[in-house]
Amino acid sequence: MISAPDVVAFTKEEEYEEEPYNEPALPEEYSVPLFPFASQGANPWSKLSGAKFSRDFILISEFSEQVGPQPLLTIPNDTKVFGTFDLNYFSLRIMSVDYQASFVGHPPGSAYPKLNFVEDSKVVLGDSKEGAFAYVHHLTLYDLEARGFVRPFCMAYISADQHKIMQQFQELSAEFSRASECLKTGNRKAFAGELEKKLKDLDYTRTVLHTETEIQKKANDKGFYSSQAIEKANELASVEKSIIEHQDLLKQIRSYPHRKLKGRDLCPGEMEHIQDQASQASTTSNPDESADTDLYTCRPAYTPKLIKAKSTKCFDKKLKTLEELCDTEYFTQTLAQLSHIEHMFRGDLCYLLTSQIDRALLKQQHITNFLFEDFVEVDDRMVGKQESIPSKPSQDRPPSSSLEECPIPKVLISVGSYKSSVESVLIKMEQELGDEEYKEVEVTELSSVDPQENLDYLDMDMKGSISSGESIEVLGTEKSTSVLSKSDSQASLTVPLSPQVVRSKAVSHRTISEDSIEVLSTCPSEALIPDDFKASYPSAINEEESYPDGNEGAIHFQASISPPELGESEEGSVENTPSQIDSSCCIGKESDGQLVLPSTPAHTHSDEDGVVSSPPQRHRQKDQGFRVDFSMENANPSSRDNSCEGFPAYELDPSHLLASRDISKTSLDNYSDTTSYVSSVASTSSDRIPSAYPAGLSSDRHKKRAGQNALKFIRQYPFAHPAIYSLLSGRTLVVLGEDETIVRKLVTALAIFVPSYGCYAKPVKHWASSPLHIMDFQKWKLIGLQRVASPAGAGTLHALSRYSRYTSILDLDNKTLRCPLYRGTLVPRLADHRTQIKRGSTYYLHVQSMLTQLCSKAFLYTFCHHLHLPTHDKETEELVASRQASFLKLTLGLVNEDVRVVQYLAELLKLHYMQESPGTSHPMLRFDYVPSFLYKI
Amino acid sequence: VKSALCYRGEKKSPLQTIGEEQTQNPYTELLVLKAHHDIVRFLVQLDDYRFASAGDDGIVVVWNAQTGEKLLELNGHTQKITAIITFSSLGSCEEKNQLILTASADRTVIVWDGDTARQVQRISCFQSTVKCLTVLQRLDVWLSGGNDLCVWNRKLDLLCKTSHLSDTGISALVEIPKKCVVAAVGKELIIFRLVAPTGGSLEWDILEVKRLLDHQDNILSLINVNDLSFVTGSHIGELIIWDALDWTMQAYERNFWDPSPQLDTQQEIKLCQKSNDISIHHFTCDEENVFAAVGRGLYVYNLQMKRVIACQKTAHDSNVLHIAKLPNRQLISCSEDGSVRIWELREKQQLAAEPVPTGFFNMWGFGRVNKQASQPVKKQQENATSCSLELIGDLIGHSSSVEMFLYFEDHGLVTCSADHLIILWKNGERESGLRSLRLFQKLEENGDLYLAV
Repeated sequence: MISAPDVVAFTKEEEYEEEPYNEPALPEEYSVPLFPFASQGANPWSKLSGAKFSRDFILISEFSEQVGPQPLLTIPNDTKVFGTFDLNYFSLRIMSVDYQASFVGHPPGSAYPKLNFVEDSKVVLGDSKEGAFAYVHHLTLYDLEARGFVRPFCMAYISADQHKIMQQFQELSAEFSRASECLKTGNRKAFAGELEKKLKDLDYTRTVLHTETEIQKKANDKGFYSSQAIEKANELASVEKSIIEHQDLLKQIRSYPHRKLKGRDLCPGEMEHIQDQASQASTTSNPDESADTDLYTCRPAYTPKLIKAKSTKCFDKKLKTLEELCDTEYFTQTLAQLSHIEHMFRGDLCYLLTSQIDRALLKQQHITNFLFEDFVEVDDRMVGKQESIPSKPSQDRPPSSSLEECPIPKVLISVGSYKSSVESVLIKMEQELGDEEYKEVEVTELSSVDPQENLDYLDMDMKGSISSGESIEVLGTEKSTSVLSKSDSQASLTVPLSPQVVRSKAVSHRTISEDSIEVLSTCPSEALIPDDFKASYPSAINEEESYPDGNEGAIHFQASISPPELGESEEGSVENTPSQIDSSCCIGKESDGQLVLPSTPAHTHSDEDGVVSSPPQRHRQKDQGFRVDFSMENANPSSRDNSCEGFPAYELDPSHLLASRDISKTSLDNYSDTTSYVSSVASTSSDRIPSAYPAGLSSDRHKKRAGQNALKFIRQYPFAHPAIYSLLSGRTLVVLGEDETIVRKLVTALAIFVPSYGCYAKPVKHWASSPLHIMDFQKWKLIGLQRVASPAGAGTLHALSRYSRYTSILDLDNKTLRCPLYRGTLVPRLADHRTQIKRGSTYYLHVQSMLTQLCSKAFLYTFCHHLHLPTHDKETEELVASRQASFLKLTLGLVNEDVRVVQYLAELLKLHYMQESPGTSHPMLRFDYVPSFLYKI
Repeated sequence: VKSALCYRGEKKSPLQTIGEEQTQNPYTELLVLKAHHDIVRFLVQLDDYRFASAGDDGIVVVWNAQTGEKLLELNGHTQKITAIITFSSLGSCEEKNQLILTASADRTVIVWDGDTARQVQRISCFQSTVKCLTVLQRLDVWLSGGNDLCVWNRKLDLLCKTSHLSDTGISALVEIPKKCVVAAVGKELIIFRLVAPTGGSLEWDILEVKRLLDHQDNILSLINVNDLSFVTGSHIGELIIWDALDWTMQAYERNFWDPSPQLDTQQEIKLCQKSNDISIHHFTCDEENVFAAVGRGLYVYNLQMKRVIACQKTAHDSNVLHIAKLPNRQLISCSEDGSVRIWELREKQQLAAEPVPTGFFNMWGFGRVNKQASQPVKKQQENATSCSLELIGDLIGHSSSVEMFLYFEDHGLVTCSADHLIILWKNGERESGLRSLRLFQKLEENGDLYLAV
C-alpha cells in the first residue's frame, strides 16, 4: 500500500534524467487491461482511493468561535500539494475529534475563572471519502478576548497512507509535541503580556472612575446618590472585580511553567526565565501599589486605555491570528519545526521504516559506524533542534503525573471503544461511497451554525464520533498506541506492526542475512508491495538484483580459491605458500566457533547475470581509450629508465590494466561499441549542467546528488576505479580544476567513498586555493584544489609534485589521473560503470551497502585476536604476518590492493576504539612507497 | 676528454634520486607536530620516549615520541634559543628529576625541570649570548660558552670563568679527557683545563692550556670521536683529527675540493666562490669511521685507513645540516633542501667491473689543489674507495630546511624544520602491530575480550 502520490513526489526531481521506458508492443491477446488510474499519472501500485492531494502535508486548523472550524495554514504552503483537497471540510473533521476541549469557566467551588492546563490530545483519524488519514494533534491556546479565554487549535499530519500514520504514530507524536510545546510556550508568554496590559487598562479605568465618582460626590452634597452615581459605583465595583479576576489569571498563567515544567530538562536560560516569571508573578499577585509601579517601570511604552463597560463579547471584533497569539519568535520556530516534520516523514512508509531500522542498527554498530555513515548530520540536527525549540516536551514522562496536574481528568477512550472503532474502519471503507451525500449535508449544516451553538454542537458531535458510524474513524490516541503494538490488535489491522516490532525483527534478520539487501526484503513492510508489482517495481528492487555477485554478499569463512587473475599470478603463487601453513590455525578456529556462514561460489561477474541486458562486451570499449603513461616526477631520463625497468613488460600494455575483466574480446566489438558509448555518455552528461551546490541542503537531497554525481563520474572516467581505491585506502585524492563549481561537485560526490576518522565531519576539503602542505594530507583525504594559470599557481603545482607520494591527483581540466595501480575486485563492484542503477539515491544506497560489507570485513580483521598477536611465545613476527596475509586473501577474499583498503580501515578502527575521548587530533598519515601511473582518457 | 667529463659532472648534478618505490624505507607513517611559531632548530632527547624541541620562537616544547602528544611547553625566553642541553641527575643524587638547560639570545640561561615545566632558575648575568652548553657529568658541573667560558655547578653557582676570549664567541665546546675541554673560537681551538677544589684550594679554576692554530678558516664543527681523539671541521673543508691526550694532529684531510678545469689558473677566486660547497657542517662517527657533512655531500672517513672510503658528492640539493649514524650501517642526513635521506654504507667489491669514468673521481676528487696530486693519487684512490653510500629512501614532508633530527630506536625519527613543524616518522608496520596490541589490551581491560578456550 504505497501511496502513489508520495512516491511521485519523492522522485520528482530526478525524473528528467530517466529515459522513457518503451515497452515493445504486446500481441493483443496478452495485453492486460490498463490500470484504471494510469491516465491520471498515478503509479500502478498506488492506493486505489485516489487521494486528492499529491503528497503528505501538515494542516493547522482552528475552531474559531466566529466562523467555526477553519484551516489556517498548510506546510508546505503550496496549493499544488493539497490540490483539490477540501481543507475546510477536513478542518471540520479534525476539529471535531477533540475530546479534551475544555474551557475555562467558573467551577462550582471557585469564585474566579480557572485556567485549565490541558494536555494535548493526539488522535489518528481516517476519512475514507477523501482518501486522507491524519494524525491530529489538538492543543488549546489562551486568548483574553476569546470565549472562555481559550482558542482550540489543531495540527494535523495528513497522508494518504493509513499505515504510515499508524506506524509512525510515536514519532509523529513526539515531533508534534515539540511543535505544540513551542506554540504553547509562546502563547503563555503572549497571554501574560496581554493580561498585564489589561490590568494596566483596568487600573487606569479604576482611577478614572474613582475621580469621576469623587467629583460627582462633591458636586451634589444632597446626601443621596443620583442614578448616575450609583451606576458609576457599580461600574467601579465591576472593574475592581475584573482586576482581581485578571490578577488571578495572571498568577495562574505564570505559575504554570513552574508547576508544569518541573523535572523537565530545560536549557538553563529557559529555567531562569521561568523562575523570573514566577517571582514576578508572586509580586504582581499582591494587590499592592508597589506591584503596579513595578509593572509600569517594566513596560513604560504601554499607555493604558480606558475600558468602556460592556465592550467585551462583541462578534464583529477581529480575533487574534495564530502568530499574534504566540509571539512571532515562537511562531516562526514552530513553523520551522513543522516543516522539519514534513521533511522527516516525507516519502514512502517503506522508506521511512527502513531508514529507521537503519539508524537503529547503525547505533549498535558503534565500533564501525563512524567510517562511512554520516551520523554527524543527524546529531547536529538534533542538537540544533533542541536549541531552537525553547521547551522540549518529555515523552517519557509518566502519564500519572500529568494527570495529577490536570484539574479535570481527560476524557480517554477506553480500549474497548477504541477497538470497536478500529473494526469499523474496515467496514466503513466499503460503505464509503454511499455516505457521500450525507456528508455534504453535514458540511453545509455546520458552516451555517451560529458559533455560539457550534460549541454545543461540537460537543455532541464529539461524543458521537467515537462509536457511531460517521465517516470519521478514530483509529487511536496516544494512550492507546500501546495496545496497537500488541499482537492481539494486529489481527484487526492490515499492517499493524509498530516500528518497534519491525525493528527487532529486522535485527534478527540482519545478523544472519547475507547482505543488507535481504533485510529490505525480509522487512515486514515489504508486504505492502503487492506481489504482482514487485517485478515491475523499478529501480529499488531490480537494481539490487543486478548485483548478486555471490562472493560479494557475505564474508566467506571458507577458503574459496579463485583462479588467480592475470597480473597477480606471480604474487598469488608467492602469497599462497604461507597461507597454507597458517590455515590450520586460522580457519580451524573459525569453523569451531559459531561463525559458520554459508559458502558462496567463487567470483562471478555480473556479466553472467540475466538481469543485465546489455551485451557483456559493452564495458570494453572504454579500455580502448585507456592509456597508461609512466609518471615522471623529475624529468630525469635516468630515473625514468629505472622505473621502466622495474615493471614487467605486460604492465605496460594498456589492455592488461583491467586484466581482471573478461579478456576474450575482439577489437571489432570494441570499436563498434565505442561510438555508441560515447554518444550515450554525451547524452547523459549534456543535460546535467553543473549548478552551484547550495550548502545547506537536507541530507537526503545531498545524498541523492552525491550519488548522481558519483555515478556520473564512474560512467565518465574510465579511471574511476584507481581514484576510488585511493580514497578507500586513505591516500589523499586531489581534484584539480579551474572551475570551482565543477570541482566542488565532484568532491561532494566522491566524498561518499571517504572513510571518516571519527564522529566528526568527513576529512574532505571541498575547495582550496593555496598550495598544499604536509598538514593538509594528514588532515584531508579528499581535496578540491584550484588550478591557477598565473605564475602564482606554480607554487601550488610545485607543492603537489613535491608531495606526490602522498597524493593521487585527478586533473579535471586535462582529464588525467595520477595515482597508484589498482588491480583489486572490490572497487569494480562498488563502482561499476555498466551498472543499471540510474538514480542517485539508489546508487548511494548501493555504495552504503557495499561499504558496510567492507566495514564488517575490516572489523573482523581488526578484532581477530590470533591475527595480530602471536599464539605462543616462540612464534615469529613473520609467521603472524603471513597469517594476516592469508586471512585477508583467503578468508576475506581480498585481491591485490583490496588488502590495503581493509588494512587502512582496520587502522582507523583501532584508533577509534582506543581513543579515550574523541579528541580533535588527526590520526597519523599512512602512506606507501608505491609508484604512480598517469591515466588518461 | 677529461675536461669534458668534468664539465658534465659540474653542470649535470649527479644527485642520486630514488623512485617512489622504496622497499627498504621503513617509515610509512608520519605525524605532524605543530606547536612552534618559528624555525625549530634543536631537538634533544630526554629519555626513552620524550624529547624536547626548541627554536627561534623562544619556547621549548616537550613531546611524547610515541604518541606525538605535546606534554609540556616551557615559556620563559624572550628571544631565540641558541643552545639546549639536558642535565640528568646522577644515580646517587637524591634529585631524580631531569633538568633542561636552555640558552637564548636574550642573554639568559634558564634551567627547567623537565618533568613539571617548572622554571628552576634563571641566570641573566651574561655579557654575551651563550652559544654552547656542555655538561661534564664526571665533575657534576656544566659550562656555558659565549664570549667567555663559565663553569657552573648543579646548584647554579658560578664557579669560575675565563677572561674575554673573542667577540665572535665560542662556536663549539666538547669535553676531552684529563678534565679538559676544547673550545672552537673562530679559527682557533683552545684547550682549557678545569681545576677542581682539592685539599689545598677550595676554589674552582679554569686555565687555558693550549691554542691550536692549524685551521685556516673558521671551525664549524667539533665532536669527540672516542676517548682518544676528537675531530674538527672548518669552513673550507679541512678535517683534522686530533689526539685528545696530547692535542697533536693525527690526521689531516682537505680533499673535499672539487677541482674544476680552470682551477690551476684562478685558484683563489674559485676558492672563495666555492667555499660554501665544502664547509663541514656536521660530523657523526662510529668506531671505525667519521662521517662528515661536507657542503651538499656526505663523506665517510676511515679512522684506520686515514682516508675517505666512501662519499656522495651531492647527497642533497642543498647543504647538509645534520647527519647521524644508525646502528644498522645506515646513515641519515637532513638538508636545507627540506628532505631527509637514508643511506646505507655498503661494501664495494674490490675492483668490481664498475665502469667508473675517470672524471668521476675528479668530482669528489682527491686531487688536492697542487698539481702533483694528479694521476698517481687518483689511481691510488681508485683502489682505495672500498665502500659506497647507497640511497635507500628519502623522507619528504617539510617544506623548508630540515634543521635537525633525532632518532629513537623504538619510536622512529623526529625531524624539525624551518617550516615551524616537527614531523614524527614511524615504521607503519610496527605501529600497526603496536596498535593491535593496545587494542586487545584495552579490550581485556574493558572485559570485552573473552578468549576462546
